Amino acid sequence: MSREVEDLNRRLLRARDAMDRAYAEPLDVRAVAAVAHISEAHFIRTFRAVFGETPHRYLQRRRVERSMFLLRETDRSVTDVCLDVGFTSLGTFSRMFREIVGETPSGYRTGMDRSWRLTASSSRPCGRGSRRGWRLNRAVLEKPPVRQPPSIRTEPDELAQ
Amino acid sequence: MINRLNVASIYVLDKEEALDFYVNKLGLEVGNDVRQGDYRWLTVRVPGNPETEVSLEQPGPPLHDEATAAQLRELITKGALGGLVFTTDDARGLYETLQSRGVTDFTTEPTEHFYGTDMGLRDPFGNPIRILQQGKVPQEASA
Repeated sequence: MSREVEDLNRRLLRARDAMDRAYAEPLDVRAVAAVAHISEAHFIRTFRAVFGETPHRYLQRRRVERSMFLLRETDRSVTDVCLDVGFTSLGTFSRMFREIVGETPSGYRTGMDRSWRLTASSSRPCGRGSRRGWRLNRAVLEKPPVRQPPSIRTEPDELAQ
Repeated sequence: MINRLNVASIYVLDKEEALDFYVNKLGLEVGNDVRQGDYRWLTVRVPGNPETEVSLEQPGPPLHDEATAAQLRELITKGALGGLVFTTDDARGLYETLQSRGVTDFTTEPTEHFYGTDMGLRDPFGNPIRILQQGKVPQEASA
């Protein structure tokens, strides 16, 4: 019995990996179920039992997660990001994003800019003063965001060594 | 003060199958393969890098009762347990080598990021493995 469960899990995981790789393409449940070597109806039922959500819901979360990355790291417009990650309707994208992240895509992007700036200014030498940092942040919020290359952030530097 | 990581372990469903994958497919070498009664102490390591070994552990006695072992096996095959991260000098070359050895379970083909080239795969049981080529990718190499 246990052996069968493990074998089914492994096949479902392989199918989930296939969805992860092709997250921007329209979901073809039949094709993904075929990766797991099971029927479409059985796939949806067992996927939900094993991973706690339907394949469709999993894919939506995956797309939203990818869109968060693009909103953070690129200058692409919200509409472009929506299409990039596989949503075909801006309304659905915004609704899913709000449901999962708790704010709108553009609100998330602005919030990321602000937290970046606060981090950047707080790590300056004390002599520069915090008031100046605050004014800079306000300026960023009121003007179009000026993107800085990701290399100024801390994690990549550590990884790049 | 601790001065190095000696052994890290991952759970596998079957040590023999794990050995075949990690040595014959991934290209690691056997570190220790010692039997103590029923127990087999089996480790693999990166060739030329003997300081750190990966112990391949099978859920079961004496550490786990059967119910716990079954839970662990379920988690392994769901891909829910921790995996391994390796580095390479040539991610794309390695990707082709792995394919030629019959590895098919790639989660991410070699992908350029600002921190380097990254690829992902799974071992036969579901454990995630990432292989990273660190540093900036030369312009001509990025598609």
